[in-house]
Amino acid sequence: MSTVTETHRSAARPPEFEDTHESIRILGFWIFLTTDVVLFGSLFSVYAVFRNRVALGPTPHQLFAMGPVLAETLILLTSTFTCSLSLYAARSDKLKGAVAWLTATLLLGASFVFLEIREFVGDVRAGHTWHQSAFLSGFFTLVGTHGSHVTVGIAWAIMLVLQLMSRGLTVTNRRKLYTFTLYWHFLDIVWIFLFTVVYLLGIA
Amino acid sequence: MILKRRLIQPMLLALMLGLAVSGCGSDYTVFHPAGPVAQSELNLIVLSTVVVGIIILLIWALWAYVLIRFRDKPGNKAPYWPTWRHHRLLEVLVFIFPVVALVIIAIPTIRKTYALAHIPSAKRPPLVIDVTSLDYKWLFEYPQEHVATVNYFYMPVGRPVLFELTAHSPFGAFWVPNLGGMEYTMPNRVLPLWLEATRTGIFDGRNANFSGKDFWRMSFKAHAVPESQFQSWAQGLRQHAPRLTDADWQKLQQFTVVRASSYSSYPSNTFPERPTEFTVHGLYYTPTHKP
Amino acid sequence: MTMNPWITHLMKRLFPPQVLLPDIIGIDIGLTVAAIAAIVFLTKTKRWGWLWREWITTVDHKKIGIMYLLAALVMLFRGGVDALMIRTQLIAPHQHFMSAQQYDEVFTTHGTVMIFFMAMPMVFALFNVAVPLMIGARDVAFPRLNAISFWLFAFGAILLNISFSIGGSPDAGWMSYPPYSELMFNPGVGENYFLLSLQVAGIGTIATGINFLVTVLRLRAPGMTLTRIPIFAWSALITSSLILFAFPPLTVALGLTMLDRIFGASFFTLGHQGMPMMYANLFWIFGHPEVYILIMPAFGVFSEVVPTFSKKPLFGYEAMVVSLLAISILSYGTWVHHFFEMGAGPGVNSFFGLSTMLIAIPTGVKMFNWIFTMWGGRIRVSVPMLWQLGFIPTFVVGGATGVMLAAVPADYQYHNSYFLIAHFHNVILGGTVFGVLSGMYYWWPKMFGWKLNERQGVWAFVFFVVGFWLTFMPQYFLGFQGMTRRMSTYPPGLGWTALNFWSTIGAYVMGVGFLIMVYNIIWSRIHPDWDTTGDPWDGRTMEWSLPSPAPEYNFARIPHVHSRDEWWEMKQEGRTDEVKISEETVHAIHMPRNTPMPVLLALAFFVGSIGMVFEWFWLAILGGLGVVAALTYGSFADYSEKEISRDTILHTEAQLGRVES
Repeated sequence: MSTVTETHRSAARPPEFEDTHESIRILGFWIFLTTDVVLFGSLFSVYAVFRNRVALGPTPHQLFAMGPVLAETLILLTSTFTCSLSLYAARSDKLKGAVAWLTATLLLGASFVFLEIREFVGDVRAGHTWHQSAFLSGFFTLVGTHGSHVTVGIAWAIMLVLQLMSRGLTVTNRRKLYTFTLYWHFLDIVWIFLFTVVYLLGIA
Repeated sequence: MILKRRLIQPMLLALMLGLAVSGCGSDYTVFHPAGPVAQSELNLIVLSTVVVGIIILLIWALWAYVLIRFRDKPGNKAPYWPTWRHHRLLEVLVFIFPVVALVIIAIPTIRKTYALAHIPSAKRPPLVIDVTSLDYKWLFEYPQEHVATVNYFYMPVGRPVLFELTAHSPFGAFWVPNLGGMEYTMPNRVLPLWLEATRTGIFDGRNANFSGKDFWRMSFKAHAVPESQFQSWAQGLRQHAPRLTDADWQKLQQFTVVRASSYSSYPSNTFPERPTEFTVHGLYYTPTHKP
Repeated sequence: MTMNPWITHLMKRLFPPQVLLPDIIGIDIGLTVAAIAAIVFLTKTKRWGWLWREWITTVDHKKIGIMYLLAALVMLFRGGVDALMIRTQLIAPHQHFMSAQQYDEVFTTHGTVMIFFMAMPMVFALFNVAVPLMIGARDVAFPRLNAISFWLFAFGAILLNISFSIGGSPDAGWMSYPPYSELMFNPGVGENYFLLSLQVAGIGTIATGINFLVTVLRLRAPGMTLTRIPIFAWSALITSSLILFAFPPLTVALGLTMLDRIFGASFFTLGHQGMPMMYANLFWIFGHPEVYILIMPAFGVFSEVVPTFSKKPLFGYEAMVVSLLAISILSYGTWVHHFFEMGAGPGVNSFFGLSTMLIAIPTGVKMFNWIFTMWGGRIRVSVPMLWQLGFIPTFVVGGATGVMLAAVPADYQYHNSYFLIAHFHNVILGGTVFGVLSGMYYWWPKMFGWKLNERQGVWAFVFFVVGFWLTFMPQYFLGFQGMTRRMSTYPPGLGWTALNFWSTIGAYVMGVGFLIMVYNIIWSRIHPDWDTTGDPWDGRTMEWSLPSPAPEYNFARIPHVHSRDEWWEMKQEGRTDEVKISEETVHAIHMPRNTPMPVLLALAFFVGSIGMVFEWFWLAILGGLGVVAALTYGSFADYSEKEISRDTILHTEAQLGRVES
């Protein structure tokens, strides 16, 4: 009997999808993400147009250093992995695992933001403020918008950790964790584009 | 019925008022082209007005007919079809009808859009006038004649003129309705506009894009004169008008409204570098961004 | 008497010379007196608690809809006064009723208020009032988010509207093209007000888009397939999806301008290789879909009103849906037609001219379909239908002149002239405003339980429509005379005087129409014509199966839908008793609780925005912390729903005569 139940369980959709309210919220969150895609799309197009408008400031080639950016990329990719592990733990009803992996995710996210801020501070110290050229304005805004999204994600993750610890794996918390992973994966995909369009093409 | 009369009468009135005032006076600068560009644009305006006018009248007529025939009043003998919701042929027709109308407008639109980007006529070598909009005035420079004017310019009749437009201020738009439609003036960019006058006259031009509180005073006069008169005018400026000095140029950049004035020469740094693709004999102009 | 220099500086910043004009101070005093009177009234009648419980903290879509509507009417008044001031200035040459600076401020706020704070909330009012009821839902998908949207809009509107008495109004036009809107040419705080107020309201708009998209996709009653929902619900669905793709580019355009102005970035500046034209692109990638965001709900209203008042189903339902979809998709490929004169070259201009013309095809199809809906019907000319009947001949002119504007070389002569002004007022007033007013009269009984007086409604309509034609038809001809938009005055001798005079008279006639409408509303409130049936117009769709106004939970029992005009079919087949409930069929209903979070969140946005406008960053940070606090509270709050018990429902429905014995 127990095998049958097991099979049945794994075939069923996760609880956050079974609950009407929560599944509607998941759909709403997907739609929100499409608006964020359009937002980043607009910023990317601004950056693409402004890329060569360097005025008296540095060119992308002169500005970018690959080392820290690669580190940021690795950290963010790892955080996506830990974020998935957190969801996996939740789906297996392992509260502690979910909390632990989520904490790892937010710590990785924080170190990503730390590295990015360090990069920005270095640029500004070298005199490359965004006032200097349209290119720098576009660069700081595009990358900074992504960075502030990650920062918001970290704040969200902190609240989620607190709620998981206090309320456990309720359906609402499962849905929140699921939408958080959607958001985090989305930021990861945006970063892949950023990394390619801004940094790789900038250095090439 | 009373209701309907209330509705229709003012509409007829407005229509009559429109017909009464339209097209006649010379105040209707768009309707009084003084050159091939404005003429070509007017032709398209007339064509499109006629086509859409037919559609407007058709829909008005249908609307009035339906409204009168199918009013809900006792004793109305018109048929009542409470379930009629489809008619394949009608649905296809109402689709095809606007398509046909649009094709009639679209073909000349595209042809003219390309044509107007070219020199209007190739009979005579074109004249170049460099136009700069400033707060709140217009500077016209003649790179071939080396003279400059403010708030007015001369152009020879029968010779195409390439206006190269830029701004030393927020966006403006250069518009002389009698000669043809407008083009924006934008800082750090040079946009081309071909115009030609085929009759003499003094035409009103103005800035068509809001650029500040005195923008409404940014009007200028376009003088279309015979070639000989144009040459003697330019000659006269070269001999008698003062130079446009760097100090004058600085003054022009202040937020002021000034009278028309003329200069026998001007500094070379007042106009952005011209795009390299440009030749005065070139029939086509490729706009490029100044880096 | 010595003044602290810091206070002097503050006063100068808050009250620059442009807001210390006698007329503005007069308005300030008037508004202050009105506010004090309102406070005294609320205190004396002990209504603060009522206001807080019933309205400010509500998450009920019907009440949010009413608040949107009232706010939009107030904004229509404000934008209308701006319009009358503009027209008064232009009644004759060389009028200096206002200074050029004031004129610039007035046309800027006129456009901004009318588009973002009048037309948009009107549309959202109707969505809120009608869509859930039409599709058989108890509320929208995210009721709290809905309240957040409303309050963000409301505080955005307040932000823009206080600019004229504190700090100075924006004066760069509703499009606010840089470089004119940059610090170099526009150093005051007015432009900051513009950027921040639209940003705050814009967040709310995006949230509304998400909300109604999910509502229509997921909350439909059983049996109500997407091919059975009323066209108005379709228009809500498609409008919402347009919002989702159109508003983010606006967010970016406004955000980058703000970074330029407040934080010294170089996006659209003259120096540092900024590119002002990029703003024009971003703005119109938003701006063109925006006009369809405004017009499609009006199309939706008419698609409800015409069948109801013709006693016939809508002709060509499928074509109507397909044309809405076609318009929404095409609307993204037309934005360059707002600046054919910026040197994009003949290839680009031809493409965008053609794509613009293509929009006329689905729009034309809709026009004909409405007429064919009336064909073979029995047309009752009630006020909602009257607005529709005014719409057809008016809007066809606006649409036709739109095609004329799409003919690129002709546009070279129309662009930025009064021809253009006449065109877009023709479509936005003659389309959107006629549409939302039709919808307002149509759903008014459903909102309040009483009808608006018909006779007064007819008079309001007549004045408004006659005034409209008198105002805008002359403007087409002014365009041919070479008059350009935004001129604060004009010299004599150009032949513009007579047409401007008539245009101004028309604007006043329209103003009288608006006053009659206000009188209409107040009079009908005092002498209510109660709608006891819930179905005052002999309607066709599900909202008319409910009592007016609908109870908090809308449907005591969610209906099963079998056809498009379900309520009409029920009436035809004598099945209207199906909406009644009995002791056996009724169940307790769970509804979301009221919450102060939305209004507090929006208030925090407002405070932070004030900080940004005046560049008081401590206040901006304070506002930001407030936003975080409100969101945190929202995240941790206990949102268990309240339960409306069986007995309560039975009691309510019994009073409405909707319980089977």
